[in-house]
Amino acid sequence: MKYQQSTGELVSPVFRNLRSYLGTLVGLSLLDGFALWFIYNLLADGVWFLGIAVFLVTLGINIIFLRKDLYPLRWISPGLALILLLAFYPILFSVYSAFTNYSDGHLLTKEQSINRITQDYYLPEDTETFSWELYRSENGNFALLLTGENGDRYWAKPDQPLEALPGQESPETYDGFVRVSRAESIKYLTEIESIAFGVGEEGVRVKSLSSAAQLQKRFVYNADIDAIIDQKQEIVYYADGDLGSFLSVTGTELFPGYQVAVGLDNFTRLIKSPALSGPFLQVFLWTIVFAFISVVSTFMLGLFLALVLDSPGIPLPKVIRSLLILPYAVPGVILILIWRGLLNPHLGVVNLTLMQWFGWAPAWFSDPFWTKMGILLVNLYLGYPYMMLICSGALKAIPQDVYEAAEVDGANIFQKFFNITLPYLLISVGPLLVSSFSFNFNNFNVIYLFNEGGPPIPNTPTPAGHSDILISYTYRLAFAGERGADYGYAAAIAFVIFIILSLITLFNFRFTRMWEEVSENV
Amino acid sequence: MFKQNAFSNSPLLKKRLLLWLRFVIILIAVLFALFPVIWIISAAFNASGTLATQKLIPNQISLANFQKMVNDPLHPFIRWTWNSIKVSIITSVLSVAITTFSAYAFSRFRFRLRRSLLMSILLVQVFPPVLAMIAVFLLVQQIGMYLPGFGLNTHGGLILIYLGGQMGINVWLMKGFFDSIPRDIDESAMVDGATYWESFWYLIFPLVRPMLVVVGILVFVGTFGDFVLARVILQDTQKFTLMVGLYMFISDRFSQNWGVFAAGSLLGSLPIVVLYLSLQDQIVSGLTKGAVKG
Repeated sequence: MKYQQSTGELVSPVFRNLRSYLGTLVGLSLLDGFALWFIYNLLADGVWFLGIAVFLVTLGINIIFLRKDLYPLRWISPGLALILLLAFYPILFSVYSAFTNYSDGHLLTKEQSINRITQDYYLPEDTETFSWELYRSENGNFALLLTGENGDRYWAKPDQPLEALPGQESPETYDGFVRVSRAESIKYLTEIESIAFGVGEEGVRVKSLSSAAQLQKRFVYNADIDAIIDQKQEIVYYADGDLGSFLSVTGTELFPGYQVAVGLDNFTRLIKSPALSGPFLQVFLWTIVFAFISVVSTFMLGLFLALVLDSPGIPLPKVIRSLLILPYAVPGVILILIWRGLLNPHLGVVNLTLMQWFGWAPAWFSDPFWTKMGILLVNLYLGYPYMMLICSGALKAIPQDVYEAAEVDGANIFQKFFNITLPYLLISVGPLLVSSFSFNFNNFNVIYLFNEGGPPIPNTPTPAGHSDILISYTYRLAFAGERGADYGYAAAIAFVIFIILSLITLFNFRFTRMWEEVSENV
Repeated sequence: MFKQNAFSNSPLLKKRLLLWLRFVIILIAVLFALFPVIWIISAAFNASGTLATQKLIPNQISLANFQKMVNDPLHPFIRWTWNSIKVSIITSVLSVAITTFSAYAFSRFRFRLRRSLLMSILLVQVFPPVLAMIAVFLLVQQIGMYLPGFGLNTHGGLILIYLGGQMGINVWLMKGFFDSIPRDIDESAMVDGATYWESFWYLIFPLVRPMLVVVGILVFVGTFGDFVLARVILQDTQKFTLMVGLYMFISDRFSQNWGVFAAGSLLGSLPIVVLYLSLQDQIVSGLTKGAVKG
């Protein structure tokens, strides 16, 4: 066997161990070096949660690879690291966000917000002014030759310290730059006014055709009093930890603000504010109705077809099955969009045909009721093949002698179905139906792609639609951006979904004994 | 199978009637299943490419829609398809590689925390990444501030999120495959002095390779069809995956773009349908284990 060849090499086991040990060390130090750099940057920007998460995962990997008794975990560590950072961390962070004011205007951490605010510079009235001459390089970069009030001359380029120049004459070319005549300079005036020549605080900015002056930081952060001071207007903006903004005594706010924990505010808004709780309740109820009807309708159709198919005498069973699971094979996104075209009220095939036959056709996209019907129809189309497949599998597992016994007792076809088939089926398929409920509870695609959750519910402070379910409502609040993203509020709704999903899962594990089954398989 | 009852005097006649009834039901069901598919095929080959002018059998059959699709500079379908294929292949290869190691360890080693780890993985899986999309969005954004290749609007960031989201269920699926391989095989190798790595690489791995291909294809299909995460993370037309591109294209001007949309849909569905139908049996057996298509 092959492995014997490799163990048969003339490499002593000690050397092999040493080699793999060194390899581990090199690998770990590379990983640690990268992680440290990453964590340092994250912490410097105040992104504490991600920084801590990366730190913990890196620490874990180090421990796993350095301790011999944790050998099995080495195999698992890459997968585990991915799950922790990319699946588990987002869940925790979502839950945390639900208790913050995270929204447009409060997107940054406090450190990032301070950095952003203090980037502004201004030109104080009483500082030294220079007269300037413009120089331009071939590739369009600018430089200034500055002459101070006392005659000192400086060579100034963006992002480089000023350089003192000797002599009195202005050279025609210098440093690869060519002098631009005064008349020509006017042409570039607007362009160069936005450039700071020199580094940071020393930067010189063109004020007018005749003068330029040094810039000063407009806002300075003072950590002792936790406030930002406006140097220009001499106003102090104190950090307000409840609001997540820097506020002056008169109540003016500096932008951007930052994230702070706001406790249960998002949830209080959800329940107490009449303008918000109305649409939320409506969306919530429709989510449950939608998920429930979707499961029941797809299950009934799927089971029905499975029963019809499950008997001898049907020709080409494999071909028929392949055709029937086609809606499951084609990417759902594409099918939903196709249905949207076919159901188009003015031009779609379905409505044109209905108009021809009955003189009436539903308004699939503008009427709340018919939108919901359309969504349920499309979801039935998308979902029945799955139910059909699991039902035909489960049907085969029902012992035939039970039917034979029932026939001896004279049971008719319906009695057999309701007393034998259905109970047997529900035992094996039941947990899958509950998972299907959870799946549809978050079935974003069918809602969003069919009609973007519309038609809109009128007069709501945050946009909501009649066919929106919780997850698409969350998406709207976070990303649709019609009235500004409100991530904190959206996360609060996601939190509600978390709770519901957890309850459903708990129920599923508890009452269907799936947990025990899973445990046995472990 | 069906015993005669009071309503029928001729069992044979009833049997035949029932069979015919079955045929009719199956016919209706097949028509329902094929309805949108037939229309989209017809629309793709219809010379006049609008929703208003579509007919079941087009007046004039042509490849005009396909030509338009290939040559549209504003809606680069070929590029979108390539993006989708690229992202899905990288995701499925990496995902299979990483899950294989984890699943092997869960199947072959006995160690502390093993059970609780397996259970936790299953529990995390209860919450789909869509639910945490805000956090996912922010996470990718923050990563991108320091590692531009994995930030918003990059395929790297999207692949990372896909990897994290699909890991759990695949570990379980793959562990099942490993469990079905008798332990005697690797135990005897160990007795002969093979290391874990050698017994994995030379003995177990060749045996599970066909299964890995199946899992890889399942991941590919799932990633290829994803919409939400790609929509949240990608912003640039050139970066779109096919699903996002098709949506943006058609929601723009639904009726005029119908023909080209149909052509693009065919382009996107065909490989997936072929993969799906060829793997039908494996998928069916995977389904009964509780995986719901995402």
